[in-house]
Amino acid sequence: MSFWQRIKPDFWEHHDVAAGLHSHLFNLRRIWLLSIVLIASAAIIPVFFLTVIDYRVTRNAIESENINRTIRLVSNTRRTVSFFITERQYALQFLARDNSLEKIGNQERLDTILENLKDSFGRFTDLEAIDTRGNQIAYSGPYNLEATNYRDQNWFKEVLVHGDYISDIFMGSRMNPHMVIAVTHPENNGNGYILRATVEASQFHEELLQIESGSEEELLITNHEGILQTPSKRFGSIFGEIALEIPKYSESTRVLEATGPDGEALFLGYAYLENTPFILMAARDKSSLMQSWYQARDQIVTYLIGSIAVILIVVLVVATYLVSKIHTADQNRVAALHKVEYINKMASIGRLSAGVAHEINNPLAIINEKTGLMKDLLLQMEESPIRNRIETLADAILQSVNRCSRITRRLLNFARHSEAAFNLIDIGEVIDNVTGFLNKEAEYRDIQIDIDIAPDIPLIKSDRGKLEQIFLNLMNNAFAALEDGGYLNIKARKLSGERLRVLVIDDGCGIPPEDLPRVFEPFFSTRTQQGGTGLGLSITRNLVEEIGGTIDVESQPGEGTRFSITLPFNPDIAKNETDTSAPG
Amino acid sequence: MKPIQVLLVDDEEELVSTLAERLEIRGINAEWATSADAACEKVSERKYDVAILDVKLPCISGFDLQRKMAQIAPEVHFMFMTGHGSPGGFTGKNTEADLYDCLIKPVDIEVLVEKIRNAIRRNG
Repeated sequence: MSFWQRIKPDFWEHHDVAAGLHSHLFNLRRIWLLSIVLIASAAIIPVFFLTVIDYRVTRNAIESENINRTIRLVSNTRRTVSFFITERQYALQFLARDNSLEKIGNQERLDTILENLKDSFGRFTDLEAIDTRGNQIAYSGPYNLEATNYRDQNWFKEVLVHGDYISDIFMGSRMNPHMVIAVTHPENNGNGYILRATVEASQFHEELLQIESGSEEELLITNHEGILQTPSKRFGSIFGEIALEIPKYSESTRVLEATGPDGEALFLGYAYLENTPFILMAARDKSSLMQSWYQARDQIVTYLIGSIAVILIVVLVVATYLVSKIHTADQNRVAALHKVEYINKMASIGRLSAGVAHEINNPLAIINEKTGLMKDLLLQMEESPIRNRIETLADAILQSVNRCSRITRRLLNFARHSEAAFNLIDIGEVIDNVTGFLNKEAEYRDIQIDIDIAPDIPLIKSDRGKLEQIFLNLMNNAFAALEDGGYLNIKARKLSGERLRVLVIDDGCGIPPEDLPRVFEPFFSTRTQQGGTGLGLSITRNLVEEIGGTIDVESQPGEGTRFSITLPFNPDIAKNETDTSAPG
Repeated sequence: MKPIQVLLVDDEEELVSTLAERLEIRGINAEWATSADAACEKVSERKYDVAILDVKLPCISGFDLQRKMAQIAPEVHFMFMTGHGSPGGFTGKNTEADLYDCLIKPVDIEVLVEKIRNAIRRNG
């Protein structure tokens, strides 16, 4: 038996023969499916939508939190870097305003200023004063760049126009990154000059490294052309082109999603540093930042799948349970209907046969008496061949009358007892009576019937009508199972404890073992094609139980079937005994 | 010994007339009636030892007729005949009717004679 066969609910194969036109009302498989779909949808759809909403809200919350953190990081770093540059720029501006061309041209004074700058601010490497024509006036620092003319250089032109200049970072001769800050001494009377300082820029990288919080986060600076101004682990070497698209200019700090050189997703925060050629960038790995989101997402999906599974199981169990109950109730209803129908049919047949028997009995009695009188008169005549011949004929008539009267009497008995109550009954007589109905068929089909009633069985208190129906049903069943020339054996034996057992044994086709437990179920029939209702044995069992007995069946396919009925001599006493012996 | 006087009551004339003739042959004086009125008349006219009534008569049941006739002639012994019965009793329910002898149609004449004689013997 397959797994499906074992778990298949009873109603699956339900086919209501009695439903007729209304069979669609009893399509239990459809009801089952419909209730599962409806209940499950009602439960699952809201859960699903809530989960989708929660999914999006959680993802957006985590994403915006990460964006805000990136903005804060970039803004803070921007302040630090800008402060470093503007601090020195303002210092130079102050010096340029504070010192006239004459003062600044003094070598000693310039040396003193450089020393002071180094002490106060640090990172100043050298200091140079240049007149408005591009000629060096004085220089203080480790490299003597005397007699250089800057007139044609771009930075010089720019500082004359804007009043100040900040260069890109470049590698100085000591292999240290440097940058140039230049400011003008704004005097139009020909005494103006330019103060140019070289500042060590390794500070930037150190500060950025301090701020970086992990390997998945990198801070760097490029110029507006995308040339890296600080060393980078992932986006190219210093003074090389950065392996990222240069973000559009924006006054404020911004964050966008970008793709790294290895195709990884990044949050790229950036800010253009005001009045400098620099862009500060913070590249953060999206995958590691969204780690908490991935965990939350897994939890949400697990929760959704778990909820759906639980809902489906509950719905499945509940729907199966309810539909099974409907099925059972429906089976009981139909069984009751059929039983009523059967009983009505039996009662009608009973009334009809009683009427017929009664009507026939009267003319039969007249034939009987007339023939009797004929015989009486013949006996008064002298003996002659004719008299003997007529006497034989009269005897033949009387025999036929007797046969008729036996039939009518049996019909009357059968009909009357379909409504009678408990009487003292000879079980052998009941069995004889019932077999009488089947004698003709047995003769035609050459079926041998053996009846063996033990002589020690007393009269029992029981319902004759029910007993007759029980044996009639069992014998009809046996006849259906028997082939022509078969053998039917009926045995009655006394048992201990005021009980008797009647066995109805046939050597017919038998019942397959898988059907055996179901033969007493209503509507279980293997003969539906031949007009069996599947109710015979079900009603038989009901009848046996009504008169306080039990019925069992044993069968071997191909060898025959044995029905065994156990009856109490007196069902009232037997009932009381079981009542009193029952606990409580 | 005086012959036994029997009254047969049944709506089937053919039946009672034939039965009466057969009883006569067996030395029992039998008369018959086919209606309740005729039966009552007969009972009031003369004395019968045994009356055999059909259970189902037109307009009246055999038991009602028996009560009526017993008022007229309380000494008569009653028996019943029926086409609708079983051996041993009418109803099997121990009613008053079960106290009486019951014969089921068709009746065996020898059984009938035996029952009549038994009844006379019991009554003394």
